[in-house]
Amino acid sequence: MALDYLSKIPWFRQAEIVPPEDIEAASLRSDRFRLEREVDWQRLERIVTALEKGRPKRISDDDLLDLPVLYRKAASSLAVARETSLDAATIAYLEALVRRAWFQIYGPRDTLSGWLRGFLGGGWSQAVRAIWLDICIALFFMVAGTVVGWLLVSREPDWFYALVPGAMSNGREPGADAEVLRQSLEPTTSADGLSVFATYLFSNNTGVAILAFALGFAFGIPTMLLLISNMALLGAMLFVFVEAGLGVEFVAWLSVHGTTELGAILLAGAAGIHVGRAMAFPGQRTILAALQAAGLRAAQVMAGVTIMLVVAGLLEGFVRQLVGDSSARLAIGGAMLAFWCLYFAGMRRRQERAG
Amino acid sequence: MTTLQSAIQNNNAKRERELITPEGLALPLRIASRGSRAGALLLDLLFLFLGFLLFAVALGMIGLNLSSVSGLSKTPVGELIGIVFILALFFSRYGYFLYFELGARGATPGKRLLGIRVAARGGQRLTTEMVIARNLMRDVEVFLPAFFMLGNGFDAGLTGAAAFVWLATFVLFPFCNRDALRAGDLVAGTFVVEANRAKLQHAISLAPDHSQTYRFGEAELSVYGEHELQVLEGVLRTGDEKALREVAEAICRKIGWDMGSGDEREFLNTFYAALRAHLESGMRFGKRKKDKHS
Repeated sequence: MALDYLSKIPWFRQAEIVPPEDIEAASLRSDRFRLEREVDWQRLERIVTALEKGRPKRISDDDLLDLPVLYRKAASSLAVARETSLDAATIAYLEALVRRAWFQIYGPRDTLSGWLRGFLGGGWSQAVRAIWLDICIALFFMVAGTVVGWLLVSREPDWFYALVPGAMSNGREPGADAEVLRQSLEPTTSADGLSVFATYLFSNNTGVAILAFALGFAFGIPTMLLLISNMALLGAMLFVFVEAGLGVEFVAWLSVHGTTELGAILLAGAAGIHVGRAMAFPGQRTILAALQAAGLRAAQVMAGVTIMLVVAGLLEGFVRQLVGDSSARLAIGGAMLAFWCLYFAGMRRRQERAG
Repeated sequence: MTTLQSAIQNNNAKRERELITPEGLALPLRIASRGSRAGALLLDLLFLFLGFLLFAVALGMIGLNLSSVSGLSKTPVGELIGIVFILALFFSRYGYFLYFELGARGATPGKRLLGIRVAARGGQRLTTEMVIARNLMRDVEVFLPAFFMLGNGFDAGLTGAAAFVWLATFVLFPFCNRDALRAGDLVAGTFVVEANRAKLQHAISLAPDHSQTYRFGEAELSVYGEHELQVLEGVLRTGDEKALREVAEAICRKIGWDMGSGDEREFLNTFYAALRAHLESGMRFGKRKKDKHS
């Protein structure tokens, strides 16, 4: 052990567990019971304390091998003590000790990095495939929202101002000069990527995605409304650009980050709908059990959504501002879309592949 | 007992739960109070805030000024640092809670200081997914309402009011159920429990034997039950002289003894050992005496 030299300094030396001397002299049977076993209890306590402090290296090999036995001994001591001893302090000690040991022995098995590896290596795509129905529902509402936005603005241009907040339109409005619109699609010459990155990543994408998930809590209905209203905005914007004859350019401009970002919002909405659907139709299970199962699956999807949003933010902040050519933009967007689709469909865990 | 005391006891009893281990042993668990959970959250937010303050000061030391981010972003290096900073901000929101709750203690530093931890409901193993699920929901329950308040969400009129009601539902969620679950706990299947540690106390009944000085008969020992024994144990462990004297007097009155002063501790120790022996031998035959009234 690397820390061996430390034990030579008195300060770092672990106090020896001294076995009680005169067990036979104890007049009470319950006290003899306690004195015979307290060395084991203290050994278990020392191991558990080391585990709690995250220093498993401090535990000697003997202790580690004995851990399951010591745990079971303490648990059985507690069961016996409850029926034979009236020493409240000892029982309280045993209860706290067994509870602490239980949390260590039956605690989370994975570290964050270990979990991340399993997550990227199949756990995420598996969760996404598991909510395919909800993805279809969310996709339907997103497409419906876009169509609604388009139709509304094409009938009555005033709808545009109702759908798009003034600050966001930034001169991009119905009947605007095609040249102004084209300008807004151009890559910027100065490298103010950071501010763009920051504003968009935090005020727009993340907010919408997390809201879409969290709103699923009310049977998923607010999620659907949110998806529709957000996509109506897109539909309205699309109409404006198509009307000005810039349809392809706009789609190319959007696709660079949009395939990733809209994919993330789609997954977040689907996760929200999944939770909401479990609440509304729990099936044979209780609502709580159904909610929990759905929540755990949705949480995995959402953890991945945050990753997608970071990627989308990077694409939006840098790639889109640097690449100006429409066909190159379309190629990047298409490649991202293909990558995500392939990843979700194809990434399988090792056991899954074997089975 | 005063009303306050009984109210506290009543409240504590309401929070008691049982955990059945795979060995079939029932372990008592107590749900953490809402106050300590709110306190733990505030502490954690304080720690996060202090961490960023330190980070910003450290950056300032090496000659970077965050307040001039717009100027900073003109240079590629500055831009990179800015992005790293924003990403750090973003991940600390999730990472801090995730990292600590996945650790061996199942508690963030704030929770640990207040002696509470996360556990899975129903005696299951706490899994990584559970911790992630409960912390993703934290965003809606803590950060969104905070941003909403800070960002003047009320100005938005009817939408703002609707959002306020919606967010309030999440914030007030823990007050609407028995286990003080917040929405994240409900979705993840977790709850927050007290995680106290106890020290092994010395065995009082091993004190020097005075059973020759004080002999208690069947009549004297059958006056009290287990509850009184435990009160006596508490008094002996605290060791407050005044309380010892009062208790000794009360016992003497009850069993009709007349005892001089000065020897209370020995008397009580002996009485404790004798009473425990008496009650425990009854226990072995399946006879339990809960308190003096039974």
